[in-house]
Amino acid sequence: MKHIKTINGANLKESAHKSGCGECRTSCQSACKTSCTVANQKCERKAK
Amino acid sequence: MIHKYRLNGYNIVLDPNSGAVHLLDGLAFSLLDYIEDVPDSICPPRILSALSDKYSSDDIAEAYGELHSLYKSGQLWSSDDYGEIDGVFTEQSPIKAICLHVAHDCNLRCQYCFASKGDFGRGRELMDSETGMRAIDFLVANSGKRHNLEVDFFGGEPLMNWDVVKEIVAYARSIEKEHDKNFRFTLTTNGLLLSEDKIPYINQEMDNVVLSLDGRPEVNDAIRIRADGSGSYDSIIDKYKTFVRSRGTKDYYIRGTYTKYNLDFANDAKHMFGMGFDQISIEPAVTNDKLPFAITDEDLPRIFDEYEKLALHMIENRDSGNNFFHFMLDLGQGPCLIKRLRGCGSGNEYIAIVPGGDIYPCHQFVGMQEWRMGNIHTGEFDESIKTLFARTSVRSKQECKNCWAKYYCSGGCNANNFIFTGDVGNPHPLSCQLEKKRLECAIMIKAALK
Repeated sequence: MKHIKTINGANLKESAHKSGCGECRTSCQSACKTSCTVANQKCERKAK
Repeated sequence: MIHKYRLNGYNIVLDPNSGAVHLLDGLAFSLLDYIEDVPDSICPPRILSALSDKYSSDDIAEAYGELHSLYKSGQLWSSDDYGEIDGVFTEQSPIKAICLHVAHDCNLRCQYCFASKGDFGRGRELMDSETGMRAIDFLVANSGKRHNLEVDFFGGEPLMNWDVVKEIVAYARSIEKEHDKNFRFTLTTNGLLLSEDKIPYINQEMDNVVLSLDGRPEVNDAIRIRADGSGSYDSIIDKYKTFVRSRGTKDYYIRGTYTKYNLDFANDAKHMFGMGFDQISIEPAVTNDKLPFAITDEDLPRIFDEYEKLALHMIENRDSGNNFFHFMLDLGQGPCLIKRLRGCGSGNEYIAIVPGGDIYPCHQFVGMQEWRMGNIHTGEFDESIKTLFARTSVRSKQECKNCWAKYYCSGGCNANNFIFTGDVGNPHPLSCQLEKKRLECAIMIKAALK
């Protein structure tokens, strides 16, 4: 495209079909303990 | 729904429902002002006319066509197709994480401490090893098929109960294989008791260590004080340097709090980066607005500027390896949708256990009798509280329904929501504004570094 550069595609809908294993870290334990940013957490679906 | 904003010279548009993020030139960005719902297949004459003084018809039609193409491919103005997932949130989850309050006592008297200077308003108390081991048993027994289990040694100051921490770790390690579990331990400490003899053990056993420091010496020592009023910076800074040098590739965070006293907190982040710490988190002191250091609405413009300064610093130092926790956004391979909907999992998959064995939805609820869920010694457990939290997701929060940030922040901190609005399902507006600004900066950084 000439006028638009996509830096991230529509991957959220894809994740809806293969999600929820629950093996990832609890976001509040990671570093903050007082606020909520969940979008920086790593997916650990393959970690087990 | 889309969200568009300009920052640091970038025209950015997000498609919250799909997770798509785009950079637009000036023309395409201007066109967004004229598209009320979704774009038509051909650019309407009224839009061609409106922009004809700045752009040619061919260029306008071309840019409009690109927007329409993204709409058709589900990357702009995409629909919310997640209704079927709501059913996930009618059932309780296994418990996979506990915040273990091994010490309701502290050797500091930080002015902003939400834990009533360490004792959570319940008197100074240390957890005994028996309670700690029963907490591990409780976690294992309620974790279902979850393999990775987290235990954060928290306080007060957990190093005031160091021997018990080690006993609990040893016990958990002794049972993890037979139960097919992997314990991940975290330590959150103020550093005063972080002696060199503890470091090898911490590096071996603790997956993550959170080290409290607010930044520049005068900032830290205005708030993070001992009982006699003296500051703590000089007592911990060299310990932190020694510890971080020893840490290797394992996780740690230098974790600070900013208040109304240091609204120039980007300078505190820079100070900490300058000390050689490369993993930093700085949080706002969101607390009773009657307190002199509390962040209030009037501080927001200054805070927004400060986040922007910090974002520019991160871009300018892109090769440093430095990270600021709230700017660490994984757009591509980050958390799945369920995680983004559920958020921190407090009260459902994450709980806090205090020295006497009482259970709370998280560390921030400790001491609020109405949120006491039970006790690991008596076996009492209030399923209704767990069910309430299981059903609390960003999709159940009315104020979040039309918010562009909902799948990045997951509806805010449930404890903050309750403390400030009286309802865990009702987001705290000030926290929302801070979160959205951090996200805009984080996404702009992604654009700049792409």
